[in-house]
Parts: sequence; C-alpha cells; structure tokens
Amino acid sequence: MSAGVVTTTRRRELARARTVAVALFVGVVAMFLLTLSYGDFQISLPDVVRSLLGRSTPAGVDYVMHDLRLPRASVAACAGLAFGLAGAIFQQLLRNPLASPDVIGVSQGATTAGIIMVMVLGLEGGVVAAAGLAGALVTALTIYALSWRKGVGGYRFILVGIGIGTVLTSITSYILTRSDVKVAAEAMIWLTGSVNGRTWPQIVPLAVSLLILVPLALILGRVLTGMQLGDDLATAFGVRVQWSRFALLIVAVCLTGMATSAAGPIAFVAFMSGPIAARMVGGGRPVLVQAALVGALLVLVADFIGSHLLGSRQFPVGVVTGVIGAPYLLWLLATANRSGRGG
Amino acid sequence: MPLDLQAERLSLGYGERTIVHDLSLTLPKGKVTIIVGPNACGKSTFLRGLARLLPPASGRVLLDGKSIHSTPSREVALELGILPQGPIAPDGITVTDLVSRGRHVHQGWFRRWSGDDDDAVTAALTATGTLPLAARPVDELSGGQRQRVWIAMALAQRTGILLLDEPTTYLDISHQVEVLDLLTDLNEAEGTTVVIVLHELNLAFRYADHVVVMKDGAVVTAGDPNEVLTEQIIAEVFGMRCRLVDDPVSNTPMIVPIGRHRVGVQEA
Repeated sequence: MSAGVVTTTRRRELARARTVAVALFVGVVAMFLLTLSYGDFQISLPDVVRSLLGRSTPAGVDYVMHDLRLPRASVAACAGLAFGLAGAIFQQLLRNPLASPDVIGVSQGATTAGIIMVMVLGLEGGVVAAAGLAGALVTALTIYALSWRKGVGGYRFILVGIGIGTVLTSITSYILTRSDVKVAAEAMIWLTGSVNGRTWPQIVPLAVSLLILVPLALILGRVLTGMQLGDDLATAFGVRVQWSRFALLIVAVCLTGMATSAAGPIAFVAFMSGPIAARMVGGGRPVLVQAALVGALLVLVADFIGSHLLGSRQFPVGVVTGVIGAPYLLWLLATANRSGRGG
Repeated sequence: MPLDLQAERLSLGYGERTIVHDLSLTLPKGKVTIIVGPNACGKSTFLRGLARLLPPASGRVLLDGKSIHSTPSREVALELGILPQGPIAPDGITVTDLVSRGRHVHQGWFRRWSGDDDDAVTAALTATGTLPLAARPVDELSGGQRQRVWIAMALAQRTGILLLDEPTTYLDISHQVEVLDLLTDLNEAEGTTVVIVLHELNLAFRYADHVVVMKDGAVVTAGDPNEVLTEQIIAEVFGMRCRLVDDPVSNTPMIVPIGRHRVGVQEA
C-alpha cells in the first residue's frame, strides 16, 4: 500500500514548521545584533562581533556593549522567549487564546510580589527575582484551587484568573500611592515592562532558569498533541491528563515569574506570541518553539521601536507591545463568541 | 486478537449522583455490541466508565482480567480505543494531522514517527474513504466527512477493542448506515471488538451481534437481538407501546412505534 498522500502531507507541514522556526531564529539573531550595533553611539557589526569575542576594539565600544547594550538585548531576548513559550503553553492547555498568563493574573502575581519586596521591604537583587517567581506560583496555585471542580477547564480558570489579576493590580496601585513619588516613578517603568538599564545580576537568574525550563517545557509539551483534542481523547491516548497539565502549568508559571522579575510584565507578549506563531505555521500543531521565538522577536523589535523610532523620547518596551496588543485583545473578544468558539 | 473486556459490579456517577448502579457485564470478544436505552439511562456514562474516562465510584473494569484503573494508562491505550461524543478538532488542523494523533500512544521517548505510523494512518483513511481528503483542513469538511475522519483517527490507534459514543449523531440516514457498515467491516476484517452507544434503535438491532438494553443505570436485558427483544421490554424501557416486526431487509427485530394518533390499523 502506498503511504503517499499521508507522507507528503506530513512532510509538507513539518517542513513549513521548520522553515518558520529557522526564519524566526534568524530574525531574532538579526534584531539582537541590531540592538547591539545601533544607537547614538554606532558600533559596526565587525566591532560588535569582535567585542563579543573579547578581541580589542576602538575606545568606548566595550563599555557600551558590555554594560549597556548586551544586557539590554539579552534580557529582551530571554524575557520574550520566556513569555512567548509560557503564553503558548497556557493557551494550548486551556484551549483558549485568552488564557495567557498576562491576561489571567499570573504576571500580576509576580509583579505584586516584586513591588512588595522593593517598595515595602526595601530589598533588591536575587530576592526580588525569587519573590517574583514565588508570587507567580502562589497566584497560579490560587487560581487553580479556586477554579478546581473535578479538574480544571476553560472559562472558569480564565474568569477566576482575571478576577485575581484585578485584585493584585489594585494592591500594586495601593502600594505605589503610599510610596515616595520618585521611587514610585522608577517602579512604574518596571511595571510597564522595560529592558533598559538591566544589570547582569538581574539577567543571569533568568538565563539560567531558561536553560532548565525551556527543555523541560519542550519535553513535557509532547503530550500537547494529544491534549489538544480534549481531556477524553488525551486519556484515551494514554496521557496522564491532570498530572501533565499541572506539570506544564508549573513550568509556564516559572517562565512567567522569572521573566517578569527581570523585565517587568511586558504587556501582551505572552498573549500574542502563540497565535502569531500558529498563524505563521498553519495547521493545528502546538507551536511552542515558534511561539518562544516570536516572543523574543516581538520584544526585541518593540524595544527597538520604543527607543529609536518614536522621536527623541524613549519609551519602555511594554508601552509599544501594549499599543500593538490591546487592539488584538479587543478584536479577539469581539470575534471569539461570534464564531462560537468562546468556550 | 482483542482482549476480554468486562465490567464487574461497576457504579459510576458525577459527585453525589450515581448514574450507573452495580452493573456487571461481559462484552463479547470480537463481536459488535450496541448499547441502547432512553435518554439519561446511563449508557454514555457506562461507556466512559469502560474506557477509564470516568473513575468508578465502586466496582472495576477488567481488561484481560486486570483492573484498567491499576494498569498504566498507556498500556490500556494500546488495547482499547474510544471515540467520545462531539470531539473538538484544533483550528486549522489537516485530516492527516488529526488522524496521525491516533498514533500518539505508539510514539514514545525512543520511538519517533515511522513508516509503520504512515501505513496505519493511510490504512485508516482508506478504510473510512477519507484518503482523498488527506491534505484538507478538517474545518472545511461536511458533518459526515468529519465523522468519518474522527473514526479514522480512532482506527489509527489500532486497538483490539474500539468503543464509540453515538458515532452517528447529526448524520443523515445514509451516513448513519455508512458508519455502521464501516464498523462492521472493521469487525469482520480485523476481529475488533466494537462497542457502540446508539440512539437509532432499528439500526442498532440490525447491526448488533449483541444488544444491551439499559434503563436507569442498569442492564434490562442483553444478548442476540433476535432472542432477547420483546414488545414488553421495549414498552417498559422506553415507556411507549410498539409492535416488533421482522426487518424485511435483515430479518432482525424492527420497532414500529404506537402513539396516540394515526394508528387506525392497530386499533382495528
């Protein structure tokens, strides 16, 4: 028997998924280098590479590269990657494009915990990262517990999450109004999501956690091809549904918490990356790798726009992603129920 | 060769509400069993219980004499497949990709997609007559085509036992017959044990080797449709008087319902 059509169709779909992933990767590398090279102090690409390799460079290049731009580009790429991957995992698991960690309160959990550490307790550095992670985890577990009714599913999880997110946002606002104006203004920039002025102690924990969390997500994510068809069929395929969902959610929450601690809750990156990647790849596959790369690219591009293309003023990256993401959220809300796919 | 499947004093329910009570039943190996009963009699719940989609409140489901609840889910998935009611396809998924998902249990840490998987998917598409649709998105198919694709997905799992929950719902009569013919082909060609929950009684009686009639979460009668069905049983189970005549095509029992109107001949 010839397996012709099946083989060709599968090959074509896989080839497209691979091409998209490679193209996105090239895009991320290009934007990364552009971020390193472009600015008031122009650095030529050969000098960028030379500086990265530790070779000798013209005066000032090493300082601008290693103290200013490399941290900025790294945190943008890492945070984008983490948000994109986390968002896609959430959306696939809950089978709803609204179910991304920045919509359902997980990011807000990390934010509020971070703000409490910095503004109320006056701490900095690694403790803040740990608090962000803990905040995201506690928030996610609370949402999980409150929406649990013989398993966790769809809309209840999202509605409970949105409610909890609102509570957390008001706690954050309350803390800000009680604080010194100057400190609050600085905190606001982080709250908007910013990759400017990051230091290595803030970036290294994120980078290290990605080395663990990304492979874990991709390995655990293999059950998604079964889970996409619903809990019943996933069970029929031999997937341990509740366990897998819980493990994947924890990984996604950790990604969100770490990225938020390092770069603030960059608006809508988690929310937009998965659907953009899915549209690029086509078909119905879970596109985790592509979504992560879309996330990284989004943050790098948005940061570039915010710092170079909007006139003399610099905008934090979160402002730019917010401007792109908000209309998309409205469009999604407006069309979701019309097409009967709301829940 | 399919394994034995058996329910032993099985009780199932949701929360406090018990729907299936203390039900014991052996599903005949290598036969087509069709479960019928009025709405809310627990037939779908029973099927979900058989497929371990619903944990039992008490009792057990035995696959080859071993409880399926203490057997690793993957091992069960190699022997027993189920097509639940109204499954949802991810947006934009192609027929090939959807049917390929049926091979999920055959993939593992060390075993990637292979020529065997391609063959299984192709065979499933061929058996269901959906090979020409292989490259199409599922969203674009008609209801009948979509149902055949879902059945192909279940076939691709290549299990000895296949459970189907109302596989003909929303299909017009010709597609209903087509689906039941297809499942009979499978049973005859591979010796697969097929268990179907079905609404359409006359088709159930025609296609079943073994019919199970349920009411209020219990089995009223089970066996060869020609032997176990009577007008009294139908009247009692469905709360409706009827005549049971010979199906002129298959010589199986056929229900002619009796309502309050338009029954002049009967009254005379």
